[in-house]
Amino acid sequence: MTTQSSDGWKQIVRNGLIGGAIVVLLSLVGMVVAFGQRYIVSGLFTMGHVLMLAPLLLLAYTTARRADGASVGSRLWLGGVSGLIGGAVVAVLVLIGHVVNLRAVLVSASPDLYQMLRFGVPLPLGALIPPLAGLLAGVAGGALALIPPRYRNVALQPILILLLLGLLRDLLVTMMLNWGVVGYLFRWMFAAAGMSVIGAIFVLVVFGGLAFWRAWRTPAVQRQRSPRQQMVIRVVSIVVIIVVLVFLPRILGTFFSEILDNVGLFVLMGLGLNIVVGLAGLLDMGYVAFYAIGAYVMGVLTSPELGFFSLPYWLALPVALVGAMLAGVLLGLPVLKMRGDYLAIVTLGFGEIVRLVVGSDWLRPFLGGSQGIQLIAQPRIGPILLNTQQELYYLILIGCLLAAFIAWRLKDSRVGRAWMAVREDEDVAQAMGINTVTTKLMAFAMGALFAGLSGTIFAAKLQSTYPHSFNVLVSINVLSLVIIGGMGSMPGVVVGALVLMGLPELLREFAEFRYLVYGALLVVMMLIRPEGLWPEARRKLELREAREA
Amino acid sequence: MLRKWLQRITLTDVVVWGIGIAIAIAVVWGSLITLGLSPASPYEFPGKYTWTQWADLIIRGLALGGIYALIALGYTLVYGILRMINFAHSEVFMSGPFTAAFVAIALASSGFLNRYPLPSLLLITLVSAVVSMTIAVLLERIAYRPLRTAPRLVPLITAIGASYFLQYTFRGLYGSGVTAYPTFAALEGAWTLGPLQIGKTQVVIIVSALLMMLLLYYITQRTKMGKAMRAVSEDKEVAALMGVDVDRVIVATFAIGGASAGVAGVLYALMFPVVNFYMGFYPGIKAFTAAVLGGIGNVPGAWLGAMILGLLESIGPNLFLDGLGIPAPYQLKDAIAFIILVFILIFRPTGILGERITQAKV
Repeated sequence: MTTQSSDGWKQIVRNGLIGGAIVVLLSLVGMVVAFGQRYIVSGLFTMGHVLMLAPLLLLAYTTARRADGASVGSRLWLGGVSGLIGGAVVAVLVLIGHVVNLRAVLVSASPDLYQMLRFGVPLPLGALIPPLAGLLAGVAGGALALIPPRYRNVALQPILILLLLGLLRDLLVTMMLNWGVVGYLFRWMFAAAGMSVIGAIFVLVVFGGLAFWRAWRTPAVQRQRSPRQQMVIRVVSIVVIIVVLVFLPRILGTFFSEILDNVGLFVLMGLGLNIVVGLAGLLDMGYVAFYAIGAYVMGVLTSPELGFFSLPYWLALPVALVGAMLAGVLLGLPVLKMRGDYLAIVTLGFGEIVRLVVGSDWLRPFLGGSQGIQLIAQPRIGPILLNTQQELYYLILIGCLLAAFIAWRLKDSRVGRAWMAVREDEDVAQAMGINTVTTKLMAFAMGALFAGLSGTIFAAKLQSTYPHSFNVLVSINVLSLVIIGGMGSMPGVVVGALVLMGLPELLREFAEFRYLVYGALLVVMMLIRPEGLWPEARRKLELREAREA
Repeated sequence: MLRKWLQRITLTDVVVWGIGIAIAIAVVWGSLITLGLSPASPYEFPGKYTWTQWADLIIRGLALGGIYALIALGYTLVYGILRMINFAHSEVFMSGPFTAAFVAIALASSGFLNRYPLPSLLLITLVSAVVSMTIAVLLERIAYRPLRTAPRLVPLITAIGASYFLQYTFRGLYGSGVTAYPTFAALEGAWTLGPLQIGKTQVVIIVSALLMMLLLYYITQRTKMGKAMRAVSEDKEVAALMGVDVDRVIVATFAIGGASAGVAGVLYALMFPVVNFYMGFYPGIKAFTAAVLGGIGNVPGAWLGAMILGLLESIGPNLFLDGLGIPAPYQLKDAIAFIILVFILIFRPTGILGERITQAKV
């Protein structure tokens, strides 16, 4: 053994224990059991198993990688020991659960959980199963550390793609079933739940081969494309994206279109918050207030139920948008001098005040109180009433494209650069002659505008609004998707919305844990990749410079 | 002089002051009507409510204030040292009493609780304090320590993430339902003091909060660790040069704040005998408001701010909202706390007892 110093051992034991603790936590919050029904490979392997083994594998990988100068065998051995320790922790949980009824306190500590953790093996022998599984996962982690970095993707990519395909089975099969040859291929690759065994092997081989080919071929310097080529590529890809976007609801069908609509509404809000948080650096946690204001103005102006107005959607829309923008300026004025933490709390307070006031009996005659407003008008274009999910999708799409265009043009304009200057250093920005007051108010107003638009569509989509739809969790959702996507990056907003809003809708069992996962993602993201999944080019550069400096 | 002053007023000031003055007028006007002191009022002094009702509300307010003070301490100590708002403190507060609820239920079902109320209460409080303390220390170790030198927005986002992670972890662990705390037979009923009826629970809460506050004041002002904490909050680098172990001091700060939040949690559960995973949000925000109101970073300030906030929250809806003819005013009691928060941060971000904090720190 080359790393037998006590420090090395401490590290191994520590990583093993951390891995075990993560698995125990995932088990006790109920994620392992909930995902135990979600087959990746039909009859063989569920997402629950992934959750049980992945933490051990990852920590074994880190252990083995940290061991400098260790030989091949000893790295495998180190990973294995770390995994074994983690598995032993899990085994302790199984044994305790056998003796004590943990379920009186911990609701998820069910017999099903122990069954899964033992891989179905009955107890006297079953207690040995978690450490054994941990050992195997650990050795696999150690082996992963042995692969040279360039080829590591060859091992990882096919597995990740397999996971993704297995998880998204329902969506993919519904989408592709009627596509002739592709539908036939899909029927062969997928089982009733997850992928079929043959399909899984096929995916592993094909994508493994592809990844290997790419790793083997890629030269150190990337090929340079001429500006003309780049231009063509960009135009073609934009056209393809637009065509796909236009036909998407037809491909997806009613159920998935509704999910798509929800994602779209959050993209719209995300684009707005991206201006406030990402570009101007103002952490707004009460963003839901503007969404609520948009929805409520639309409700008050169009619903005949309250008896004030019953305008059509298109006439009420400008009023709602102006109302939301005014609210944005009104919130912006008092908080102009605040920064960071205080701003976050005050905006949080503002969001809650709007919700509490709207839901109170005081304003019931005007806003409907906790019963909300019903009979909200839906948009009508000529003789067509947009009332199905597929039709409303186009409204949302147009809204998103418009918002994206505005945001994109603003970003590179004088105002956009002023926002970024304020984000980087307010005092310096002011010294350079930027009017910080109008700059910040502009950011708040633009953010509020997009959220208000999203709110009006939301109200028209449901034909009703209730105060409880506008709680602080909506703000957290939007904030998470902006930050996880990459602050200041517009493609990041779309990626963030697809991942954070789309996935929980597709995987129903995930919905229960979405805020747990968002919270963990925010923390992990800030710790290891503060620039986000799809970072804005300039910000990435800044962060990299800061790291190198 | 006047001219210079007029020149310095901006549109922002006009709007902000306008809103502020409008709210102040509404509060005064509503109070006068409720108290029967205004010509428009249909009541005679003491107005719509009797003296005993007012006294009830005041005692309730003091009890609430005591609880908020103990939570606010965690915000204030951490802010004093790290200059960051521990957004997840409300979840630290929730974790203790939520866990201790199961101890309390076990004690109640075995009959121990009603035979020995005081030891049971102490045991429950101890469990709650230890759990909250553990969560606070883990939070510091895992989420905050690696980011101590990061830009300001980064730890704040981490704190928000940690807050939701903890909330939904406890939801997963203990279930999403509401868990009822067993009632203490010994704490039911009230003591009669002349014309007043003072609830025993309220008295216990006020007294325990006071004792706890004195203990914490003693720790921060008289012990060696307290001295180290004040040194670190003054200047981290210099304190480190003087031989203070900064990491240890920060951990101790989180531990003290966490323990005090755990105690507050049990007191809160005595007052509102149900716990759930969401219970931390409003007390957390209000305690933060209290800490800011008193001057963040200042321990006696947290106490003062919490008392004012508790009283305002308890009396406010009846005092000024009722007078303005708003139906069901108690629905807006949380909104009152938020409005107070917003206005302190606008008009006096340093709080009542706070020292001058430079713009950069605000």
